[in-house]
Amino acid sequence: MTTTLPEARRPPGTSPRDRQRRSSRPARRRNWVGGLAGWLWLVVVAVPLYWTLITSLKAQSHYYASNPLVPPGDPTLDNYRLVVESDFLRYFLNSVVVTAGAVVPAVVCSFMAAYAIVRGRHLRVLRAMNGLFLMGLAIPLQATVIPVYLIIIKLQLYDSLPALILPSIAFAVPLSVLVLANFVRDVPKELFDSMRVDGATEWTTMWRLAAPLTRPAILTVTIFNALTIWNGFLLPLVLTQSPERRTLPLALWTFQGQYGVNVPAVLAAVVLTTLPVLILYAFGRRQLLSGLTAGFSR
Amino acid sequence: MSSLTGRPPGRRQRSILPWLATPALVLFVGFAVIPLVGVFALSFTTWDGIGAIHPSGLASWRAVLTDPRLPHALWVTFMVMAVSWAVQTPLSILLGTFLAGRQRYRAVLGVVYFVPLMLSSAAIAIAYKALLDPNFGLGAGLKLPLLSQDWLGRPGLAFGVVVFVVSWQFVPFHSLIYQGGVQQIPKSLYEAAQVDGAGRIRQFFSITLPQLKYTVITSSTLMVVGSLTFFDLIFVLTEGGPGDATRVLALDMYKRGFQASLMGPASVIAVILVLVGLALALLLRRLGGRDAGASQLEGA
Repeated sequence: MTTTLPEARRPPGTSPRDRQRRSSRPARRRNWVGGLAGWLWLVVVAVPLYWTLITSLKAQSHYYASNPLVPPGDPTLDNYRLVVESDFLRYFLNSVVVTAGAVVPAVVCSFMAAYAIVRGRHLRVLRAMNGLFLMGLAIPLQATVIPVYLIIIKLQLYDSLPALILPSIAFAVPLSVLVLANFVRDVPKELFDSMRVDGATEWTTMWRLAAPLTRPAILTVTIFNALTIWNGFLLPLVLTQSPERRTLPLALWTFQGQYGVNVPAVLAAVVLTTLPVLILYAFGRRQLLSGLTAGFSR
Repeated sequence: MSSLTGRPPGRRQRSILPWLATPALVLFVGFAVIPLVGVFALSFTTWDGIGAIHPSGLASWRAVLTDPRLPHALWVTFMVMAVSWAVQTPLSILLGTFLAGRQRYRAVLGVVYFVPLMLSSAAIAIAYKALLDPNFGLGAGLKLPLLSQDWLGRPGLAFGVVVFVVSWQFVPFHSLIYQGGVQQIPKSLYEAAQVDGAGRIRQFFSITLPQLKYTVITSSTLMVVGSLTFFDLIFVLTEGGPGDATRVLALDMYKRGFQASLMGPASVIAVILVLVGLALALLLRRLGGRDAGASQLEGA
């Protein structure tokens, strides 16, 4: 039995209307301590990023001689050329295939499971399933990587991209189900009831009612899982072998091994592997941040 | 049943629901639950990762439990967890509270602030390795002796660097969680406090912090269980070194299993990781009176 109204339970910042209402509340006194910490932290975050970016534009000879915080007078893209020529595109495509191949099924499956868990919470089977998924949150799933490796070998998938996709989905399920179930739970019961009166099946209700109403949460979970899988390191390290199967983080690591002495080139590789995510971040920042705030703080 | 409308859905409709959860269940069981059982089973075997698997009873357990590296790895894991928790939590609460308020510079902050959230641990570790290089890094370039230490070459310093980089990477995420938590605190509490003449700091300690109790539990659970999985960052940054100074359990597992081809002992370490994770999650749940999972079921 929920004691609060659905409106009050809705996480803040998930709709534009909410955001406007919040900003129109009466101003409080300035938060000096927080403000100071905020600016200090900004420096802590920004300096390494700035240094990485400008160093990646320096010629190797210039790197040792110049002031590390002064941007190069004659920026060069040679480092980037070197990285792109070392099969960057292939690794990038591998990452795209693995990420898309894992995120789409992970989110679809998790949403269906979340819907079932919320709608069927009177069923013992579904409560048990929910308990199982929740257990996944308490367990560091990386600890299961040795049997995962064994299973992948037995399935004859070792050193293939599906080898990375299947465990990635499983690792994504617990948190996705938890976050999505939280949001499906907020769909007013009256709407489910009216769908039922109209004779809609659970399948229709799920896709026509619950999915559109929880779209912000679905988008958030999609972005979050995509980030996690895109940045994944352990699974590619353990489950693949040949250079043609490398994903970006792993390629970055091997590149560092090969060009360790050429620091600007290594940093250009860092920037280049990060760039796709940062471009997406630039577009989806608001959705990502408000979704994460709402999704994890309930 | 506490359903507001009384009747549960009809029998015909109800029967489809478990099927909707089945795809997720199959994948989760296949690549998480079975491996979980499997890692326990493998801890009683000898396997080099390629050849046949032979049962070997308690040999792996005996080997690991008598290995002096185990208490050390446990200690390092615990210290990384505890120190990075102690660094990240106050910072995240402070920044989260700040971000939840109205401030003029939110747009500026927001752009850069959350960039570390997007980066892979490998990229972060590689950038920091170059940045902290005693001969060519930031400190040497600026001619600051204080900054040009052999950061990754001395045990104490390397440990500090790991904690710092972990915090650098994850404080943004946790301050987002706290920001959401603060935004859910009813405004009426602050209004009442203002009427009573409570100042900003008093309000923070008497309203904000107590109201954030469950957020602290959620964030801490993610932090603590997450810290058990720090592998890529430490692997790329220090490879566990210097010596074994930053060899956490997850790294120990990888090194024993995939580098030394001792899958049995590596599985023992994995089982220990699972047990530590479960124990910590249960402890946090008890501390909080409820956990993220249980709280979701209360409303059902």
